[in-house]
Amino acid sequence: MPCEAGYRGGMDVAIVRPPGSAVTGAVGIGIAVGVYGISFGVLAVASGLSPAQACVMSMLVFTGASQFAFVGVLAGGGGAVAAMGPAVMLAVRNAAYGLSLTSILPARLRDRALAAHLVIDETTAMARAQSEPDAARRAFLATGVSVWVFWNAGTLAGALLGGGIGDPSTLGLDAMFPAAFLALLAPQLRRPGAPVAAAAGVVIALALVPFAPAGVPIIAALAGVVPGVLTARGVRG
Amino acid sequence: MTWAALLALSVVSYALKASGPVLAGGRRLGPGVRQTLDLVAVPLLAALILVQTVGDGHRLVLDARVPALAVAAILVWRRAPFLVVVLAAAATAALLRALA
Repeated sequence: MPCEAGYRGGMDVAIVRPPGSAVTGAVGIGIAVGVYGISFGVLAVASGLSPAQACVMSMLVFTGASQFAFVGVLAGGGGAVAAMGPAVMLAVRNAAYGLSLTSILPARLRDRALAAHLVIDETTAMARAQSEPDAARRAFLATGVSVWVFWNAGTLAGALLGGGIGDPSTLGLDAMFPAAFLALLAPQLRRPGAPVAAAAGVVIALALVPFAPAGVPIIAALAGVVPGVLTARGVRG
Repeated sequence: MTWAALLALSVVSYALKASGPVLAGGRRLGPGVRQTLDLVAVPLLAALILVQTVGDGHRLVLDARVPALAVAAILVWRRAPFLVVVLAAAATAALLRALA
């Protein structure tokens, strides 16, 4: 549906061509996330969480990178309080995503507050790839619900079944996420200033990976917005 | 202790996600602010793509994820459907790892 919603070239609000049906995309991303949910459940229990704790975490924290970081610290022998630091660092980028989604989230406060729980990498990428606010809202909600359901189902399965599940990377699942984000980023690169913002973000993040704690390189990439906006203004004179 | 940390992390995680949307409310934003917010996700996603492709803890490595992303980039450029892009990337990485 939103793929026909269209490409109205020339206007800077609507220069984005949506990448195929939001529902297919949402389910596809959900399935891939679900497989990672299984490995999260397995790791969480192996690191000492109870299956109930693993499941509550996936339902309430609901941001994969933070959750993996949290159980990673526990598995390495760290305490639950020490595990909070890296988990929070990896969650900070969701605040920036929330800002970028402000204009497409439901207007009613109660609905906004509920929808905000779904603000993560996948939903932001899917929503921002749409050209119109309605299509963006639908893509956001479809992806959010799909990812939430698959992530939690996966966590439950992994927590109960335990080991015996192979490494998702043998199936190439780790390569699916950057490919999906690239497909969703590409249409956004037509906005004025976006290629500059993207390039600056990549340079900043990669330069920081060797030194900065996990999560920081991606937050720091936000600074790429500055040259992006300056370029966009320059382009327009 | 673990439960307390889990609940605290849930609260912090939600507060981060909700801060922008809830504080901004349904208010109309000026064109300059909107233009800036429209760009916010771009450098973050671009950074995420590269960190997920060449990052390995604190190291940058070139492995099967790189050709997988290259295949994805070509397919995106050729306007292939979303699922084709994603599955082709996974298949490329899986195949290269199976051969290695």
